[in-house]
Amino acid sequence: MPDQPGKNAIEVRGVRKVFGTGEAQVAALDTVSVSIRENEFFTLLGPSGCGKTTLLRLIAGFDFPSAGEILLHGQDIAPLPPFKRPVNTVFQSYALFPHMTVAENIGFGLEMLGKPKAEIKARVAEMLKLVKMEALSGRRTSQISGGQQQRVALARALAPQPKVLLLDEPLSALDYKLRKEMQIELKRLQNETGITFIFVTHDQEEALTMSDRIAVMSSGKIRQVGSPWDIYDKPAERFVADFIGETNFLTAAISGVSNGRAHATLKSGATIDATVAEGFQPRDNATVVVRPEHAKLTKGKGDLSGTVENIVYFGTDTHIHVRLDSGEVFTVRQQNTRSAGCGYEKGEKVGVLIGNDAAQVLRD
Amino acid sequence: MASAEEVARQAQRKDIRDRWFLSAPALLVIFFAATGPLLIVLVYSFLTPGAYGDVKWQFSPEAWVSVFLERDIFDDTLSLAAAHVTIFWRSIKLAIVTTIATLALGFPTAYFMATRSEKTRDLWLFLITIPFWTNLLIRTFAVLQIIRNEGLINTVLIKLGIISSPIQILFTDTAILIGMAYVYLPLMVLPIYASMEKLDFRLVEAGYDLYASRFQVLRRIIFPLVRPGVIAGSILVFIPAIGAYVSPSLLGGGKNMMLSNLIELQFGQGRNWPLGSALSIAVMIIVMVALLAYVRNASRSEVRHG
Repeated sequence: MPDQPGKNAIEVRGVRKVFGTGEAQVAALDTVSVSIRENEFFTLLGPSGCGKTTLLRLIAGFDFPSAGEILLHGQDIAPLPPFKRPVNTVFQSYALFPHMTVAENIGFGLEMLGKPKAEIKARVAEMLKLVKMEALSGRRTSQISGGQQQRVALARALAPQPKVLLLDEPLSALDYKLRKEMQIELKRLQNETGITFIFVTHDQEEALTMSDRIAVMSSGKIRQVGSPWDIYDKPAERFVADFIGETNFLTAAISGVSNGRAHATLKSGATIDATVAEGFQPRDNATVVVRPEHAKLTKGKGDLSGTVENIVYFGTDTHIHVRLDSGEVFTVRQQNTRSAGCGYEKGEKVGVLIGNDAAQVLRD
Repeated sequence: MASAEEVARQAQRKDIRDRWFLSAPALLVIFFAATGPLLIVLVYSFLTPGAYGDVKWQFSPEAWVSVFLERDIFDDTLSLAAAHVTIFWRSIKLAIVTTIATLALGFPTAYFMATRSEKTRDLWLFLITIPFWTNLLIRTFAVLQIIRNEGLINTVLIKLGIISSPIQILFTDTAILIGMAYVYLPLMVLPIYASMEKLDFRLVEAGYDLYASRFQVLRRIIFPLVRPGVIAGSILVFIPAIGAYVSPSLLGGGKNMMLSNLIELQFGQGRNWPLGSALSIAVMIIVMVALLAYVRNASRSEVRHG
């Protein structure tokens, strides 16, 4: 999809960030370029130390890039201090002011912007309603629970109506159920406010369920940008395929590349259809990935053959680990029914069927 | 056999007994070294002065009367003791100015220290405590050496041709203030630093993020959160400053009498121990009232802000 610069909320152009000097120099961001569209729920996803928080801090203005530009609606904001950027942050630690009440926290940004008292009061009330915290407006922030603090942090960052809201792993401190609730809550808030959200997380599930688009990062670089569906089903690189979800890696010879599709001849001799990652260079031993739920087991002859090594029951589905004749382990995920077991037993000889639209050829 | 509850109760009783036992030495020292002498001073303030110092065991409220009042030697009428009031006010003023000066110097210093890396922080802390290694008298003489007419400041300024004749700093109120600020600065820096070190600097970032300028972040976020340190530092400086003796005597040249000089005089040449005692207690009461007002006011404004 071509990016239209005028429609982009944030444009990061060739940004580098180097920490330390001389021998101890570390490039936290290695020439990163990415465009974030207006009204988008955009996620920076990657393991810790991949540079996602560094990128967020550069956009917020807490750090300044060593090289490159950061544009907000076409205007370079990289040299501006944080208090001159129409961008607000929800911190991982929430960073609520402990000496102020919930309402005072939410109104702080507006107060600093010099808004009239009546307007601040009305806006704070509106925000309290938005995050369903009306009853606790007079409480100190130390007197409310983690989930409530999270809501206050959100309301505080949204109150000044920023152009872009930055969220630095805001859900990581919450327990599983609360996190699920807040994921839905965040999506709702984004829809209702129409503000561009840039969300940082290391949780791939969180990224997949919430984002319009995801940028997968590792060691200071953006590896792939795309919709959750793109990222999951059409990973471009091994890192992306491995980091998001479970995947089977197979080695294959690729032939007949055209229109993003190709034939992959597996070690077993079978040839399957596959989609090809952008930028793939034809070579002998390419890597093909197949998601466990996109493959099927058969008692007869499949594209691959092997022996059932392990069966793991997960409630919703069962993972069946098959030791292929070529020596690798291939996992197949099978939806469970109430009535019967998975239909296979340890040590059984089985075939693996890979569908027509199940395989993706990586570029590395 | 004793029930579990009884065992727990016994353990608790033993725990309380142990605590009293362990704190007994400290309590004894506090009683005999602080409360005891204070009681003696209080009793002396209600006695009659002896001819050659000391006291006569005869009740008299005279000492307390002469703390702020003067009895005319001819007609026994009472009038305000202007000299005493002036001295009280001078000492209080000096203590207030010293507190403000050390706060103005100490706050940025503590902020600087708290924002260093963890390793260098210890070094700064160490440097701040170095003056404590030397006797107060010697430190004051060192200041004297620096500011006197032939001292470091004047010599350098004259050599540089900035001034032609030395500036008279020594034996002025400025000299007293320089000496006091120098001596009491660590007492201000350390408590503020202790508060500042605990400050979560992500709150500062959050302040900047919410459009607060540097000054607003200082006033609305940093200052309220380190207020306990500022209060502690101010108390630690104000109390000894009001009774300061060495700096005013040496650096001020004893030209202007301070409270401490006045009290010393009563026990020495004045031969009026009861008046000296009454003055001491009066100073203590003033300090206590001032501090109570300050602490209450400070904590009240905290509630209002939060």
